Amino acid sequence: MADSFDVVVIGGGPGGYNAAIRAGQLGLTSACIDKRGAFGGTCLNVGCIPSKALLHASHLYDEALTEFPKLGIKATVELDLPGMMAHKTKVVGELTRGVEFLLKKAKSEAIVGEAHIDAPGQITVKLKDGSTRSIAVKNIVIASGSDIMTVPGVTVDEETIVSSTGALSLKQVPKRLLVVGGGYIGLELGSVWRRLGSEVTVVEFLDRITPGLDGEIGKNFQRVLSKQGMKFQLSTKVVGVEKTSNGLSVTLEPAQGGAQTKIETDIVLVSIGRKAYTENLGLISIGVKVDPRGRVITDAHYKSSVPGIWAIGDVREGAMLAHKAEDEAVACIENIAGKSGHVNYDAIPAVVYTAPEVASVGKTEEELKTAGVAYKVGKFPFTANARAKTIAATDGFAKIIADAKTDRVLGAHILGANAGEMISEVALAIEFGAASEDIARTSHPHPTLSEAIRQASMGVEGWTMQM
Amino acid sequence: MSIEIKVPAMGESVTEATVARWFKKEGEAVKRDEPILELETDKVTVEVPAPADGAIESISVQAGATVQVGTILGQIAEGKAGSASAAPASNPQAAAPKPAAPAAAPPPAPVAPKPVPQAVAQPLTPQAAAPVMPSVRRIAEESGLNPASVAGTGRDGRVLKGDMLSALESRAAAPRPAVAAAPSGPRANAAREERVTMTRLRKTIALRLKESQNTAAMLTTFNEVDMTAVMALRSEYKDSFEKKHGVRLGFMGFFVKACIAALKDIPNVNAEIEGDDVVYKNYYDIGIAVSTEKGLVVPVVRDADRLSLAGIEASITDYGTRARDGKLKIEELQGGTFSITNGGVFGSLMSTPIINAPQSGILGMHKIQPRPMAIDGKVEIRPMMYLALSYDHRLVDGREAVTFLVRVKENIEDPERLLLDV
Repeated sequence: MADSFDVVVIGGGPGGYNAAIRAGQLGLTSACIDKRGAFGGTCLNVGCIPSKALLHASHLYDEALTEFPKLGIKATVELDLPGMMAHKTKVVGELTRGVEFLLKKAKSEAIVGEAHIDAPGQITVKLKDGSTRSIAVKNIVIASGSDIMTVPGVTVDEETIVSSTGALSLKQVPKRLLVVGGGYIGLELGSVWRRLGSEVTVVEFLDRITPGLDGEIGKNFQRVLSKQGMKFQLSTKVVGVEKTSNGLSVTLEPAQGGAQTKIETDIVLVSIGRKAYTENLGLISIGVKVDPRGRVITDAHYKSSVPGIWAIGDVREGAMLAHKAEDEAVACIENIAGKSGHVNYDAIPAVVYTAPEVASVGKTEEELKTAGVAYKVGKFPFTANARAKTIAATDGFAKIIADAKTDRVLGAHILGANAGEMISEVALAIEFGAASEDIARTSHPHPTLSEAIRQASMGVEGWTMQM
Repeated sequence: MSIEIKVPAMGESVTEATVARWFKKEGEAVKRDEPILELETDKVTVEVPAPADGAIESISVQAGATVQVGTILGQIAEGKAGSASAAPASNPQAAAPKPAAPAAAPPPAPVAPKPVPQAVAQPLTPQAAAPVMPSVRRIAEESGLNPASVAGTGRDGRVLKGDMLSALESRAAAPRPAVAAAPSGPRANAAREERVTMTRLRKTIALRLKESQNTAAMLTTFNEVDMTAVMALRSEYKDSFEKKHGVRLGFMGFFVKACIAALKDIPNVNAEIEGDDVVYKNYYDIGIAVSTEKGLVVPVVRDADRLSLAGIEASITDYGTRARDGKLKIEELQGGTFSITNGGVFGSLMSTPIINAPQSGILGMHKIQPRPMAIDGKVEIRPMMYLALSYDHRLVDGREAVTFLVRVKENIEDPERLLLDV
């Protein structure tokens, strides 16, 4: 059976399905191929969405145990882990079916199978039933995403040594959990199990957690997590894991080398990062160039080195974020359709969904120092915010960074409850070239947490009023 | 019932105006559509009519204040009988609902030496038609720098705080050397100087001319034209022309026609640069500079290529009269494709006019002066006029500019060419 399309997207994650939808909207015939069987990619199936379902449920459980008494509520709380997992599974199921509906609505064909690019313009899909389907296509968009990265000498079995995927489906709450990697995935999943009762230790190779985030935020974030009971071993690497009668024995070594130590645990979560997924797609054989880290090299319009082949999302350079893939999907398809698609990488927010949350957009102080840009900073702690007091969530602060001369907002970093929802305001400000004064002069409702952003913006030019 | 008196829309590029004067006082009766106050905008004076029959209930913005499109100027009590407007002086306050501040001072209000407090408080209210960012609004109000005059670097050309700050910086930097270089002695001359706020028209003229100079690669080419033929034609047909068409046969009509013929040959002069594009206009809307007491305005003769000589002359005469009375409408001043200015009426022999941006050319006419010319090897006295064409060299090449001016010259020296279209 031969078919032909204007655009075929390989990968059904946030990059892929949004690309297929946008293609349909612009009147291009399109299809989206995914081998998983459920659309939505890593994000929806084993990433953002299931983790957020568990983060929310575990947060409520934790609050009921630790916060309720302070608010005058007496309750007996009991954990029903299978019930919590069922909530997660239900949400994921609803959302993946939602993606299929969206594809259908955009008149884009959803194909379940493994895609292989035989030549530019020619794809063979190995379908579930073992048959194959040949597709002729004008434009191929690679949105195959990323896969977990593993530590040499540590084999992930998804039972006791797990990746993020396995950590979302543990059958029981481990007594001890060792998280390898202090990035956002490890801290989120570490938080889930700590709240449900695990003793969590985070081992990080670098001397700080959440590399890439603003340094001051990172330091304070670690302080808050430590207060919650999470343990940290920084500048430390994991050399090996052995199964013992008593669980697992993990061998650690200082990052710079030195005497090894051992630590006992029940579960090891390997979350040291993700790598671009390009295997078995046939990219190399048709001449698509990749960088040393295996990511497809594209130009600013998402064109690869082979005409007619484009790439978006985790499989190319940049932050591995669902919304970044989504933004690139829209821009890439608009470029294919002859329009002008563009992504402003200085205005893409990033969020860590712990409690408190961490959210950031734009430049960090470290980046600006390196670039030699003169900047000013305004800060406001949630301890001075009325709403934060009333909801007993006073950890953290908001920080606004603006150009010293033009006052243009260059970055925002928030550690605090609901930071992820609040960061969009600053993303919009950055997208429109606003000054800190513009945020400061924009009315914010009282009492809300977002007032902290206004007060921090005022602080850039030294007129914070409520502190 | 109270009805708001609002600043009406005054054309697409006009967002603010100055309240020139109120014709009515609080309490005075008004009829629907009767002019109740006068607004001075960038270019013209606009009368605001009463939105309903009734009496002026309140006046919230006094003369001299700057207002935005949509700003509420006052209220009318609908249907209410007010004091007779015929005798406003006799008892102006009697019918006023509250003892308001003295109403607007009569005529020369806009040139008040100090702005009324409202002048600071009113501008750039959130109702402003063109939204500006809060920081930009503040800087504009504090400094008087109009954001519309600042090149925006934000999304879609939006003016950002940084743009305003750097514009202010360059404004502050610019006048300094002039002050320092002034050769005046140590005498304090303030007492013998008069400081007057620029009128809105003067500010706009200043701004537009400077913008034009800053944007275009402006250059002027000269030629001279022998007016013998056109003058002969004019003296022969002057009376019959005026009798038939009811309008005087001047020289301007000939120049408009001569320019259109030349514009058709050299389309770049009738085009404009817009971003990375060149926009060629296949119509000929010719702006004619008219000097008024308040300053220069350039009303536009629309589709001048389709008008007869009489039609052109009639509309120029009409514009001239109304310009001097300040009665031109905004839309009559917008969107010309080429302009003509005549410095000759004041005796100028030669000048370099400034392009009326975003147009790409302007023809300067000058004084007709008898001069000895070499004609067929003999000296003859001929009525001569120097012509100048200032053009935007970004779009118009020197060859094109010179050719254009030669065409104009040929068409005037040989008006038959216009008839024959050669």
